[in-house]
Amino acid sequence: MLTTPFVVNGERVEVAFAPHKTLLEVLREDLGLTGTKHGCELGECGTCTVLLDGLPVLSCLVLGVACANRAIRTVEGMAQPGRLHPLQETFADLGAAQCGYCTPAFLLAAEALIVANPKPSRDDIKDALAGNLCRCTGYIKIYEAVELAAARMRGEAAEPAPETLYGRK
Amino acid sequence: MAGSNHRVIGKALRKVDAVAKVTGATRFADDLALPRMLYAKLLRSTQPHARILAIDVTAAARLPGVRAVLTGRDLPIPFGILPVSQDEHALCLDKVRFIGDPVAAVAATSEEIATAAAELIRVDYEPLRTFASAEEAVANAEPRIHDYGDRGNLHKIVDLEFGDVAEAFEHADLVREDLFFFEGNTHLPMEQHAALATYAPDGKLTLWSSTQTPHYVHRALANVLELPPARIRVIATPNGGGFGGKSDPFSHEIAVAKLAMVTGRPVKITLTREEVFYCHRGRHPTLMSIKTGVKRDGSITGMHFKSLLDGGAYGSYGVASTYYTGALQTVTYQVPRYRFQGARAFTNKAPCGPKRGHGTPQPRFALEVHVDKIAEQLGIDPAELRLNTLVPRDSLTANYLRVGSMGLGTCIEKVVQGSEWKKKFRKLPHGRGVGLACSSYISGAGLPIYWNNMPHSGVQLKCDRGGGVTVFCGSTEIGQGSDSILAYIVAEVLGIDPFHIAIVTADTELTPVDLGSYSSRVTLMSGNAALQAAERARELLALHAARRLEIPGDRVVFADGRVFDSRDPDTGMSFAEAVQHAEAAEGTVGTVGSYTPPMSPGKYRGAGVGPSPAYSYSACVAEVDVDPATGIVRVPTIWIAHDLGRAINAAAAIGQVEGSVYMGLGEALMEEMAYRGNRNVVHKIPSLLEYKSPTTLEMCDVVTYLIEDPDPNGPFGAKEVGQGPLLPVMPAVANAVYDAVGVRVDEVPITPEKVLKALRGKGKGEAGRVGPTRFPDIPWPEPVRVPPPWEA
Repeated sequence: MLTTPFVVNGERVEVAFAPHKTLLEVLREDLGLTGTKHGCELGECGTCTVLLDGLPVLSCLVLGVACANRAIRTVEGMAQPGRLHPLQETFADLGAAQCGYCTPAFLLAAEALIVANPKPSRDDIKDALAGNLCRCTGYIKIYEAVELAAARMRGEAAEPAPETLYGRK
Repeated sequence: MAGSNHRVIGKALRKVDAVAKVTGATRFADDLALPRMLYAKLLRSTQPHARILAIDVTAAARLPGVRAVLTGRDLPIPFGILPVSQDEHALCLDKVRFIGDPVAAVAATSEEIATAAAELIRVDYEPLRTFASAEEAVANAEPRIHDYGDRGNLHKIVDLEFGDVAEAFEHADLVREDLFFFEGNTHLPMEQHAALATYAPDGKLTLWSSTQTPHYVHRALANVLELPPARIRVIATPNGGGFGGKSDPFSHEIAVAKLAMVTGRPVKITLTREEVFYCHRGRHPTLMSIKTGVKRDGSITGMHFKSLLDGGAYGSYGVASTYYTGALQTVTYQVPRYRFQGARAFTNKAPCGPKRGHGTPQPRFALEVHVDKIAEQLGIDPAELRLNTLVPRDSLTANYLRVGSMGLGTCIEKVVQGSEWKKKFRKLPHGRGVGLACSSYISGAGLPIYWNNMPHSGVQLKCDRGGGVTVFCGSTEIGQGSDSILAYIVAEVLGIDPFHIAIVTADTELTPVDLGSYSSRVTLMSGNAALQAAERARELLALHAARRLEIPGDRVVFADGRVFDSRDPDTGMSFAEAVQHAEAAEGTVGTVGSYTPPMSPGKYRGAGVGPSPAYSYSACVAEVDVDPATGIVRVPTIWIAHDLGRAINAAAAIGQVEGSVYMGLGEALMEEMAYRGNRNVVHKIPSLLEYKSPTTLEMCDVVTYLIEDPDPNGPFGAKEVGQGPLLPVMPAVANAVYDAVGVRVDEVPITPEKVLKALRGKGKGEAGRVGPTRFPDIPWPEPVRVPPPWEA
């Protein structure tokens, strides 16, 4: 067992765990942060995405010991008490989360995108999220939710298009 | 929606579980942990077909940290989802039937120890001849994979004839026959299956599992573990994607339950992604022949459809799947005489079962491409041909399916107009094309799996004096929004905020039975049960509110959290006060509701599959870009119109349509459950990387039209939306590829290799087609002859 210090969602923690454990396992099993999911544990699906020093990583491919003293952001860190993150708001409002299993990963990958590129085009969003699989939504509500949240994070009073919510007439 | 005075129904509201899902708070099965929990691992067969001569667990049992090892002898009672196919064992008894068949189970103090212990188990196998395809299984009756079934390695053989089809062909101006093949593919839910069991010292078993059908898991556990059902509690955790892949009772669920009983400790199992591929139950690879007689105007005189399904190693839902390949051809275009012959073979591959559309996407692909070819041969626009032959609403089909509302004509008109079909069809430059296809799907099956007279769905509703309402229902949330549907319907009827309603679902101890999240049954069936319970509650509350307000009962309105006089909205009370008056007068306020589908008019053997309270309809236009140099097909846009009766939540409905289009696009272009071509029958690619599914880079734009043709059998007129919109995508893409480059790929997936092969063939003056060329001889039985309603 090694004791490793992390900064998880802004909070400094020290965790003792077996050195072979991945960041995914440390988060879920040792820190109780089960918001981070897994779909393959082989680096194929993107479901375990978290932010490491602000950049998206596949937590199933990163050893926990490699994250000492680094900043880790998981879905649990996105909402403030009583206030969802703008991405969480738009994902909820547009139905960008269906089963919700891949959702935490998409939220974090999208947040990293918007931080780096506050006005992403549809193609920028597709590129940034190409490593995350979703089997429910067909991705479209996810694009629309990212676009809407990005606009609101830029301070625009954006609302979803009527056809997003009600279909084409 | 226009003209509606509903306050909840039809609105694009959040789902009731949306906040939990976007904050990571939803607890999926693998997120659960209990004190003293053990971890389980299954040892799976490395042989595709073999007798088990001996299993030695000695070394595994001795490994420090191992608490229990089970083999087939510990769980000898068979199970299976259908009463006619109880052919699985939690752990194989005497033989294994596919690579991945579970043979032994271990519980240990850590997952690592359980894995190491499983690897120490020695199994001696005597290999048997294997069957890698349905054709091989048809050709070889021995050795039998199972010792039951209709004949040799044929699990099920069906022959139904509704009127003299041979004679109908004589009256046709054109009789056309085509062969098609639909490759198998799998659900690929992002969540791996997981289950957790505890066995309390008082003899009560609890299982949490990522299952779409807790009711049937409950049945299987009681049966295999020989426990009274009343001592078993099954809780379906929110499924991280289902799509039909979590609809069977599974070995791992039974194994952890038994391990919990043996060890007296909680036991959890989470399957690896590779194991999820072995659980499978996905789309049956299906070879099809379709022969249709038509008049010059495109009207059909008769149709003869044949299917051969590769079922894999076990029965699963396969008998139903077989019937489904023949059931719904008749509900879109008028087919006055119809014959269906279907057979399902056992092979040594992961078992097939129900995937989104269950047994109907394959024949729909065949039918819609076949119709496209007929239209071309007759020189009729394929949209016109379809519009001219639509099944009328409120009618019976040749095979006695009762069609109610029918919005397919509107669907076709919408996508034809939206896609500018008339400007594009046969007019785009080489390499670019459009294709049209239609489809229909059931809103739940008319008959339950275990035939009985009990409801298919039940709801209990509790109102408390604080104004709180709790809805209890056995329905299972798999991401489709079933919990939300209950809340919206109850909120609409009682005039309260849907987000104030507590929803308790999918718990066999707390909730009345709902049969499960399959067959697109939940919105219609649990929705109707919730509607009945809510209307009964409203009636009770209205009675006492009317007395209090001294007005006639029919003037009591429930809206905006209040109960008031329709003539004087200021005269009224809060919803909570209305509950208090009722509770003071009547005692605890609770109601129940339930739903049983109407009886189907079909009375022949096989009439159980196909009837539904309502059929949804879809029409789809796909536009494609085909690169003649590489064969790569890109799909920029799909236009789809779906007749869902009524949208309970428009945004959620669009989500189902877009998700269906996505999954259909994957099936059309890339997804395949592929096995090595030799006799090892090893899955080629049991990984998310190698099993190709569309990413953001392959997904097309989708233009969605929700068509509302309310059906009297649906709650507020609602029909299904979760599965039907997948069906037209594959044939629309295939028809568009033909429009683009003039070659027919009569099988899916339409891979670049197949497109190139067809193009090269065409370049050499051949037919320009890739697809099957023969349908094997099947020992069909004497057909069940049923005159269609108009000849009876």
